[in-house]
Amino acid sequence: MDWLLRPEAAGEKIVVMVIAILLFAAVMALILFAVDRPKRISGTVVAVAFAGPAIILVTIGLIYPAILTIINSFKNKNGSAWVGLDNYSQAFSNPELLLVLRNTAIWVILVPLLSTALGLIYAVLVDRTRGEKVAKALVFLPMAISMVGASIIWKFVYEFKPNQPGVKQTGLLNQVIVWLGGEPQQFLSTQPWNTFFLIVVMIWIQTGFAMTILSAAIKAIPDDIIEAARLDGLKGMSMFRYITIPSVRPALVVVLTTIAMGTLKVFDIVRTMTGGQFGTSVVANEFYTQQFRQANQGLAATLAVILFVLVIPIVVYNIGQMKKVEEIR
Amino acid sequence: MATVTYDNATRIYPGSTRPSVDQLNLEIADGEFLVLVGPSGCGKSTSLRMLAGLEDVNSGRILIGDRDVTDVQPKDRDIAMVFQNYALYPHMSVADNMGFALKIAGKSKSEIRERVEEAAKILDLTQYLDRKPKALSGGQRQRVAMGRAIVRQPQVFLMDEPLSNLDAKLRVQTRTQIASLQRRLGVTTVYVTHDQTEALTMGDRIAVLKDGLLQQVGTPREMYDTPQNVFVAGFIGSPAMNIGEFNIQDGHAQLGRAIIPLSRETLAAVTDADNGKIQVGFRPESLDLSSEGSGGAFPVEVNLVEELGSDAFVYGQLAAGTEGAAHISSGAGESQIIVRVDPRQVPEKGSHVWVSIRAGEQHNFSASTGERLPN
Repeated sequence: MDWLLRPEAAGEKIVVMVIAILLFAAVMALILFAVDRPKRISGTVVAVAFAGPAIILVTIGLIYPAILTIINSFKNKNGSAWVGLDNYSQAFSNPELLLVLRNTAIWVILVPLLSTALGLIYAVLVDRTRGEKVAKALVFLPMAISMVGASIIWKFVYEFKPNQPGVKQTGLLNQVIVWLGGEPQQFLSTQPWNTFFLIVVMIWIQTGFAMTILSAAIKAIPDDIIEAARLDGLKGMSMFRYITIPSVRPALVVVLTTIAMGTLKVFDIVRTMTGGQFGTSVVANEFYTQQFRQANQGLAATLAVILFVLVIPIVVYNIGQMKKVEEIR
Repeated sequence: MATVTYDNATRIYPGSTRPSVDQLNLEIADGEFLVLVGPSGCGKSTSLRMLAGLEDVNSGRILIGDRDVTDVQPKDRDIAMVFQNYALYPHMSVADNMGFALKIAGKSKSEIRERVEEAAKILDLTQYLDRKPKALSGGQRQRVAMGRAIVRQPQVFLMDEPLSNLDAKLRVQTRTQIASLQRRLGVTTVYVTHDQTEALTMGDRIAVLKDGLLQQVGTPREMYDTPQNVFVAGFIGSPAMNIGEFNIQDGHAQLGRAIIPLSRETLAAVTDADNGKIQVGFRPESLDLSSEGSGGAFPVEVNLVEELGSDAFVYGQLAAGTEGAAHISSGAGESQIIVRVDPRQVPEKGSHVWVSIRAGEQHNFSASTGERLPN
């Protein structure tokens, strides 16, 4: 019966698949049958029936690995011995790892602020104009592209070829620079600016997200409030400051924190464009490197825990803001 | 304080061929409370919004005092508006809401505080000044919206159905409060409503609009006593006026068994275009119970009696055997007649009562144009 657990041939796989489907059908039938049976069930049973599976799955899939990761962060490379806080002191003293933390900080500060600001300005500018849908679709499109895809696109944009006779620039940006009579630049390997060029890619992707949410929030401002504000003497910038911003504030917080959390976890862009070289690595990428390249499980777990700890204040702030909004609505 | 003048003001919405407000001519005196009233879609709100500067004026002019404000920014028109849904800023406290226009106008903090507190006192809002609008009841929000207008000390108050979100009891209360407040402040006020009772009770004068056209302007008494056309006659008054299309025969208006005398002046005003017909209107309260055979009396079959304590209204139709029952109607619906009767002597359901129109309380309108004919 070994083939049941390790099917090799096509026929065996099909049999296993059929058995799996039958098992699924049997379980579903059992559940449906059970649902119809009892006429009176206690609240506890109902609570367990509904919340139980979710709690079990969260425990297995989230809580258990989280605890395991925290434990591993206090162990050595292969988890064979306790090393106390060594991994943490290394994370905060090793110059390379400090650079990683600094880069992550730059990402988390710049990406949410810039993409939200750009998204908000864009949403306000295109609101109720002709061609609004097209304009919004254009900015939203990058959201539909995978991070890796976007990274490859931008890698071409930043592509560098030395400025020699017979060598053609394939990078869009360098070609423009050459046309303007400048020297082509090595965008992705010149520190510290290369980090900012990577950040541009993330902003390019996230602006669409910010714009969509904020545009919806702007449209939700009641017309009569806008009119009342016009009668009160607001227009242009003052309308933006006194009415638009306070009205979309909840959406702003959601957008800022969502992008911040996404940025903390950024990995694909760095991995695809520089592989974390030239001083561009961030926590998530370094975690990957330590775990799978350097086989340093302890340090990788430590980085994961640091990432987790960094996300907590953002989540707390987010919840605090949502409570504040309750007062208004 | 200032007068308001609409001078052939017209508004055509983009993409529409028919004007929403068609050459409106209206003069509102200094300190007057003018009510714009009409069914939905009649252009009353649009007229108000044109005055506020929220709608463009496609042709004609609007003046506040002697100043042509047709192309002036809303904030520079020296007006304040109360919106139907109040349009309070949800993120500001009551005090900030009320003082916001002054803040934008660059007034000093102490002056804003003073004026807000003064208005809050008038409106009984002092204890709520630090609350957010969400923490207020509907009536309180309405008062904040009023306060926001008062604080600005404008030349003209504009009110767009400010009572329609209140419950019936509060609406009646607030109605008198607004009216007395306006008298006290003496600020010219233009008030929009679809409710003719509000119009009659609050306005110094009432302007009735229909399909963008001004039908009639006058004091509540004039509107009630001498409506200029069939539409105004049917719109003003509650319950609505009974209006029927009668045949003119031998100098009488005749419909089935109802024969109503017409004066010589009325008959002289009837034209050929009327085709021998005339519209006769009479209010439920203009009918007296009389007896069969007395002059001008006609029978009404009682379908339903509504007792209101102070009054009782008979809902019925021109009695059976009269082919013309379908030609007479009232606010209660087609082929209905409403009669006000003594609440202590109400007729039985299904019985017949004979009624006649009290002298001088009959309204005659041209069958072809709907215009009022002399009595």
